[in-house]
Parts: sequence; structure tokens; C-alpha cells
Amino acid sequence: MTAPYLADFTTLSNNGARAEPDWLRTTRRQGIERFAALGFPTPRNEDWHFTSVSSIAEATFTPLRGASGQVAKSALEPFQFGQSDWPVLVFVNGKYDASLSTPASLATGIRAIDLSTAMRDEPSLIEPWLGKLSPSEDRSFSALNAAFMSDGAVIHIAPYIESPIPLHVIFVSDANAAKGVAHLRNLIVAGHHSKATVIESYVSLGDSGYFTNAVTEVQVEQGATLTHYKIQRESQRAFHVHTIDAKQARDSHYLSFSFATGAALSRTNIYTNLDGEGCGATLNGLYMADDEQHVDHQTNIIHSQPNCFSREIYKGILSGSAHGVFNGKVYVYPIAQKTDGKQTNNNLLLSERARIDTKPQLEIFADDVRCTHGATVGRLDEMALFYMRSRGVSTDAATKLLTYAFAADVLETIEVEAVRSELERATLERFSGSSATP
Amino acid sequence: MLEIKDLYAKAGDRDILRGITLDVAAGEVHAIMGPNGSGKSTLAQVLAGNPAYEVTGGSVTYQGIDLLALQPEERAQQGVFLAFQYPIEIPGVSNAYFLRSAFNSIRAARGQEEVDPLEFLDYMEKKLELVDMDVEMLSRSVNMGFSGGEKKRNEILQMAVLEPRLALLDETDSGLDIDALRIVANGVNALKRPDNATIVVTHYQRLLNYIVPDFVHVLAHGKIVKSGDKSLALELEAKGYDWLVEPQGALAS
Ligand SMILES: Nc1ncnc2c1ncn2[C@@H]1O[C@H](COP(=O)(O)OP(=O)(O)O)[C@@H](O)[C@H]1O
Ligand SMILES: [Mg+2]
Repeated sequence: MTAPYLADFTTLSNNGARAEPDWLRTTRRQGIERFAALGFPTPRNEDWHFTSVSSIAEATFTPLRGASGQVAKSALEPFQFGQSDWPVLVFVNGKYDASLSTPASLATGIRAIDLSTAMRDEPSLIEPWLGKLSPSEDRSFSALNAAFMSDGAVIHIAPYIESPIPLHVIFVSDANAAKGVAHLRNLIVAGHHSKATVIESYVSLGDSGYFTNAVTEVQVEQGATLTHYKIQRESQRAFHVHTIDAKQARDSHYLSFSFATGAALSRTNIYTNLDGEGCGATLNGLYMADDEQHVDHQTNIIHSQPNCFSREIYKGILSGSAHGVFNGKVYVYPIAQKTDGKQTNNNLLLSERARIDTKPQLEIFADDVRCTHGATVGRLDEMALFYMRSRGVSTDAATKLLTYAFAADVLETIEVEAVRSELERATLERFSGSSATP
Repeated sequence: MLEIKDLYAKAGDRDILRGITLDVAAGEVHAIMGPNGSGKSTLAQVLAGNPAYEVTGGSVTYQGIDLLALQPEERAQQGVFLAFQYPIEIPGVSNAYFLRSAFNSIRAARGQEEVDPLEFLDYMEKKLELVDMDVEMLSRSVNMGFSGGEKKRNEILQMAVLEPRLALLDETDSGLDIDALRIVANGVNALKRPDNATIVVTHYQRLLNYIVPDFVHVLAHGKIVKSGDKSLALELEAKGYDWLVEPQGALAS
């Protein structure tokens, strides 16, 4: 199970990685050693109790070496909502594609380049952060990613820069990604008092089976506000594991939204450490799974300092034989007095076979805090369904409308209008085949 | 237009309707009165097709067809409308979208073209006037945060939009002040035509000053125990129901 990766690592070290700086080679070597020691997680591991990754562990994926596919600009249109002047970085089958990308339209004070270029030409853009914001000692997939990380987006927002337009990073896979794995590594550094929005999209053209193993490291400096959207619409046969690790300095805000509808199996970890006074974190999300899909979110909000707040709303809609998992941890350190935390997870089951395992976890070691959490699992409101039908609306249309309505309030929390309307459209389309907003 | 014959219905293992027979012809207004818990709402819900109730006997023929064989949405498409005693709140669905979906579903079922949001808004203007509602309420979620009176007016608004053949009004008057009552009654009267019929379920004769019934029926323990003309409502107001309603236990003895 781990053996093919160890062999691949030997190949990598003998080839390209030989020219890399020492610190990076050390990071890679430590990564593969940790991965070899940890192996893939098993259900005995508490954090993986409800998610079996045996389908990933037992398959053999070959490292993707880039854009052998010819993805046309027009093929990306369905995923490129928003204005045409938004800067876009596109990665095809795990490799940066300059011809599809438009970094030139970035606002002054924002830099965005691909990781492989940064490794080769500007290591100073990555060295202070890479592997440090997202440790991998205890995390198999992150360790594996550290060993093989090949490409991704490196984004720096200079202090005091406020950009009204988002930067969209699109990872697209096509038929050439079949049986391949991309170890993507992104870095976002939001300088002090800056304000920006970054969108990560994981999408696919066609229905090939491949493995995305991504890590995004985020530093939000003092007084900065970073809005970070993740949209996962991988192919229904893909595997997707993504860890986002954010570290927040004082008075910073981190706003995250995770939208997940794709992949056969997906696991998204979103961790944020409120490591300064006066911080706020908002972690919202919507997951929708059907058929045999498995969708897992694990969030970890770490209150390390006093006077911070966190807000979290995740909603899930599960139909067919889908299996959803939500595990939301809020950890409050003894010194983190006056912490104000609120977490909810609401799930809607649309079939008898659909299943959800939800586990909110509060671990509070300070005494002067206000923290609440709650989780619900429900079915469609029969009376509302009958009410709509009694007005002539078909059962099917009423079901879809009520399902959409369940998700509507969490989608409304998305502040960037273009993102909100795109995800509303995608949600509505999934449940009704029409896209006019109710 | 509507013939109910010896109708029995239950919810769970509880028998509620126990042999209801009622004929309603086009152009007529029937009032159904009776004490709390006698089965008035159950009758209305059964006619609208609420799957929470099981019909265990009897038949209902509506315009010559077997009403009980139709799905709730098909009944609505055929012109049946129920104004709920307790209108349902639907968070996340705007009133405008809900009304337009209903309107278009019914039009589609009749082979008519759907209307777009702008045309619909035009059409809504007159309807809103009829129930004295502000256009602003169209953008709110269905019945969310509505006062009791607003919910009832919203029911009449839906009725005005869908223009039913057979309207069932379940205690649309309860909880309304006299102005709201007049608005609701005017709404109902404005929609009256020789080819449609109305069944008004009410507790109080007050509403019947505004919506004048051709027939009044008293429902007790799931049965119609007395029928008469509008003077029966006045008599009930004066004497209450006790003289008509046998205590439950007495039936068995
Ligand atoms: N869905 C239901 N499940 C169980 N009992 C019901 C249900 N609906 C009504 N009932 C019972 O049936 C009886 C008649 O109720 P209802 O039709 O609402 O009376 P009314 O409208 O005349 O006040 C009451 O005793 C009520 O509790
Ligand atoms: Mg009632």
C-alpha cells in the first residue's frame, strides 16, 4: 500500500528533486518518512472513524506530471463564473498552465505564481511558511503531500492592500488524469491589514478516476481579512483529500466556505488557529452527495488567545446511498477567556439509505467563555410538502424546492455576489434542473 | 359539482370522519360549523388529499370524477383549493416564487403557457390590492414571520391567484379583527362565480354576515348532525351546540 509511493519517491529524489534547495529536500524526506511510518489512516484512527480510505490505499496512482491534455479555454467556461477580468490561475492535471491563466490582471500588491516556479526561482516566497503552517507529523496525507508536492498556487497579498476582485485558482482534471495523483500545495499569505478573496476550485472534465491530494497553507497577518472559498466539483469517480491550515494573527479575520458536491470520496479538513487576540473565524459549508458518494468534512477551530469569536454553519443534503460525515471540533485553550463560539451542523436525508455521522466536539479549558453547538438530522417537512402540492406544485418540484430552501440560508452567507449566485445556481440545478432562484 | 357519500377517514388508528354525506352544487356557498375536534379540518384536509389521513370508506365525486383517486397536486390542477386553518411556514422559499410555481403548474396542467416573473408581477398587482397586501410581502419567505392575520390573507391571496372551482376555507376567519375579516370576506365574494362553489368552515356566525351561505351544516363526532339554511347559524349562535351534540358515551348505550 505504501510501497509504490516509496518507490516513486526514490525516483523523484534521483531526478528533479536533486536540484532543489536543501530545506525543501529535507521537507520532502521528512514527509516520506512520516508517511512510511504512519501508513494510510484506518478507521481505528479517531479522526477517520467514519471514513475508510481503503479505496485510495489499495489503488495505485501514478504521479501526474502535468498538462498532457489540451484543455481549451472554452472548456473552463462553466467553472469561470464572475467577471471576465478576475485573475485566474489554472492548473491542468496538477500542473500550472500559463496559457489558460491571467495573473496579469491581479491588483497591484498581489502576487500569484505557481509553486514549481517559486521553488526554482523565488524560494523566498515559500521557504518561511511551507510545511510550517501545515504540519504533517501526524497526518498521512499531508506527509505524502510534503514528499511529492509538485505544484499549486503561491499567493502573497502585500500589507494594506485591499482587493475588491477575487483571485480564482482552478484545478482541472481531464481524461489524462485517469489513475493519476496530483499532490497540490498552495500557500496564501495575507499581509497585515490586507483584505482579499481567494477561490479554489477543484473541477473535472469528464468522469475519470484520479486522486487529488491537496494542502493549502494560509497565514492571515495582523488586522487582515481573508475570504477563502473552496469549491469541490471533482468527477464522481475521483478521490479528493484536502487539508486547509490557517494561522491567524491578532485582529485578523478568516472567512471560509466549503462547497462539496463531487468525488466518489472526499475529505476536507479545515483547521484554523486563532493565535492572537481579537480574531474572528467563520467556517461555513454545504455538502451534497448522492448515489454511493462519500463526503467528509472535518473542521478544527483552535482558540489559542482571548477575546476571539468563531462562527460555523455546515449543512448537508444526502440522497441515494450517500454517506456524509461532519466532525467539528472547537478547542479553547485555558488562556482563551471571553471566547465566543457558535457551531451548527444541519443535515437533510432524502432517502432511507442515506446516512450521516455528525459529531460536534467542544473541548473547553477556559472558564469565562460562551460556546454553543448543535447538530440536527432531519427529513423533508411532510406538511410543507403537502402544502405546496395542494397548490398544484408537483411532488417532484416541491421536493426539490424544499431541498433547495434547506440550503438557502447557508449559501446566503457567501459575501461575494458572483460566488453566491453561482453556488445557488449549482445547488438548484442539482435538485431541480432549473436555475431560477426561488 | 361535489358529492360526498358516506365518507369515513382516520389518522393513525383514530377514526375521525364517520359517515359524511354532502352535496354541493355549482354557485353554492356551504358553511360547516361544529364544536372543536368534531372533524371539520379533517374533512377539508381529506378533500385536499393530505396523505396523513386514510379514507376508510365512502366516495367523493368532483365534477364527475373520483376525487379520492387524484394526487393533491392533481386536485389543485382540477380547481380544488384549501385555505389552511394553520398555514405552513416555508423558510427559504419566497412567496413570489411559491405563488408563481403554483400558478404555472396549474396553467401547465391546463395546457396554458407559463408566465415569466415580470408578467406575473403585473398579474399580482390586482390580486394584492384585493387582499390589501403590500408587494413587499412577495419577497418574504412563505408565511415566515407573518402575523396570524397576514397568514390568513396570504391564503386568500393564493386563492385569488389560482382562481379555484371549489374553494375550501378552513377557519379563515379565526383570529382576525373586524377589518381583516372584511378584507377576507370581500376577497372571497369577489371570486364568486356561478360556476364555482365555496365551503366555509367556521366557528362563528360572524363571518356569515359577510359570506352569506346557502346551506349550513353542523358537524359533530365526525358526522353531519343537522343541516339548514342560514338561519341555522343564528340559532347556533344563540343556543350553542349542546342541544345537537349527544355526548360521545351516549352513542354506545
Ligand atoms: N393527523 C392527525 N392525527 C391524529 N389525530 C388527529 C389528526 N388530525 C386530527 N386529529 C384528531 O381528530 C379530531 C378532529 O380534528 P379536526 O378535524 O382538526 O377538528 P376540528 O377542525 O373540527 O376542530 C381531533 O380530536 C383531533 O385531535
Ligand atoms: Mg379545525
